[in-house]
Amino acid sequence: MSRPRKAFGQVWPRIAIIAVLILVWWAVAATGFWDRALLPSPASVWTALWSNLTRGGGLLVAAERSVLRLTLGLAAAVAIGTPIGLAMAASKVVQRSAGSLMVGLQALPSIAWLPLATLWFGITEKAVFFVVVMGATPAVAIATAASVRLVPPTLVRTARTLGSSGGRLYVRVVLPAAIPGYIVGLQQAWALAWRALMAAELLVTGARGLGHFLERTGAIFDTPLMLATMVVIMLVGISVDALFTLVDRRVRSRRGLIPSA
Amino acid sequence: MSSVPSLRLVGRSAPTSPKLTLRGVSKTYSQSSGELVRALDDVTLDVAPGEFVCLVGPSGCGKSTLLDLIAGLERPDAGQVLMDGRPIAGPGPDRAVLFQEPALFPWMSVVRNIEFALGLTGVPKADRRELAMHWLSKVHLSAFASAQPHEISPGMRQRAVLARALACQPEVLLADEPFGALDAQSREVLQRELQTVWLETRNTFVFVTHNVREAVFLADRVVLMSARPGTLVAEHRISSPRPRSFEDVLLAKVVVDVHDHLLKEVQRVVAAEEGVRPGLA
Repeated sequence: MSRPRKAFGQVWPRIAIIAVLILVWWAVAATGFWDRALLPSPASVWTALWSNLTRGGGLLVAAERSVLRLTLGLAAAVAIGTPIGLAMAASKVVQRSAGSLMVGLQALPSIAWLPLATLWFGITEKAVFFVVVMGATPAVAIATAASVRLVPPTLVRTARTLGSSGGRLYVRVVLPAAIPGYIVGLQQAWALAWRALMAAELLVTGARGLGHFLERTGAIFDTPLMLATMVVIMLVGISVDALFTLVDRRVRSRRGLIPSA
Repeated sequence: MSSVPSLRLVGRSAPTSPKLTLRGVSKTYSQSSGELVRALDDVTLDVAPGEFVCLVGPSGCGKSTLLDLIAGLERPDAGQVLMDGRPIAGPGPDRAVLFQEPALFPWMSVVRNIEFALGLTGVPKADRRELAMHWLSKVHLSAFASAQPHEISPGMRQRAVLARALACQPEVLLADEPFGALDAQSREVLQRELQTVWLETRNTFVFVTHNVREAVFLADRVVLMSARPGTLVAEHRISSPRPRSFEDVLLAKVVVDVHDHLLKEVQRVVAAEEGVRPGLA
């Protein structure tokens, strides 16, 4: 397939789904069945978004703040979760103990930590950070352990017959072989971190991120800006996901794990 | 680096003592169902230095298990596995293994795969590239040195693995149906290439296959294994001069003989299985 045709094939379904959504939304809003204040039209949301972004209405600053929190929270979750996951993969005892704990923590929506976090840290940045880290760490640990356990045994056997063993075998063969699975795990972890962050920002007054911005639009009954904020939250999510997908595709195509790359 | 060839010389200076010795080796596995499977039963085999031995037998006869034991990836339950008279304690670069699946590390280019292996045997970094390229040229892969493993054909991958194994200058080469997954044409090309390269290096070789033609073409000695639990039931010495060709009539005759023998063994197994489960007949 030619390059432009391929690009077109990638782009049109994305545009089509947005077009269909806006069309349905517009049609429903146009019937006037719901109050305009409750269901604003696509046009008014666009106006709210555009004027806020161009006139420094705070959305951009809020988005920056949230993305910074996401980055820091995810980095901490990776720093804590990766060693736990590696230990889980290496030891049955750790898998049964810490591994079960991680599964339990993953089952707990991380926003459930917020009341306790505000008692510990007060209504502060620390409380938000804590909730984000608690949201993403179990996912990182579980994905790390799985990616190490799924390393093809033939690769390990081959490395052993070539004379590699112990720590060197681990660093030079097991860890590189686990990287594709690890990246998939990170892709899940950031999404969990992002959700946890939005929830925490909604509830922690003064957090001043996108979540807080959303809460404020509700308080002042500005539904167009509310929906505009939701659109921004999605756009940030899509961008971060695209970043991970790019890295994932690079790694996989280098290893021949995706066809026609 | 210098210690490896000298070890080989020690092996050759005493041609009467075997390179590999298996003495009364047995191995039992427990399956995931908890059922115990006796893979090998009282196997005794000597392999002389520089000898090319092919192990042939029906599927599931423990051929691969035997190879794993020599590779040091598994330990026997009973008996001894010796190299140069010393028990094999674990895997090591003195015994290279070719698996059926050509196991190149997918994140390294072909030449990096070989350099990685050379590094493990202690070759200094400065010498690795030249040595790797030398062995790649032996298997006609020079042009694909910088390719990623997935970019070359399965046959080429198996050649790259062979080059990697030979580059480490192992005393013993072990192969577990390395050409089993290839199409007939690539298989024959690789068999010829293997013969050519081996005539230069003359490593002690234990080659597992279920292809009798391949075994007779390559081996000094074809050892026939029974079905599970695997034991050695017969052996055929192949004294045809090398290089051999598939068109050799005498060789073809030996293939027929060994094949008949193997077929009888398989029939015996089928009969035994039917005897065990008469309800299914």
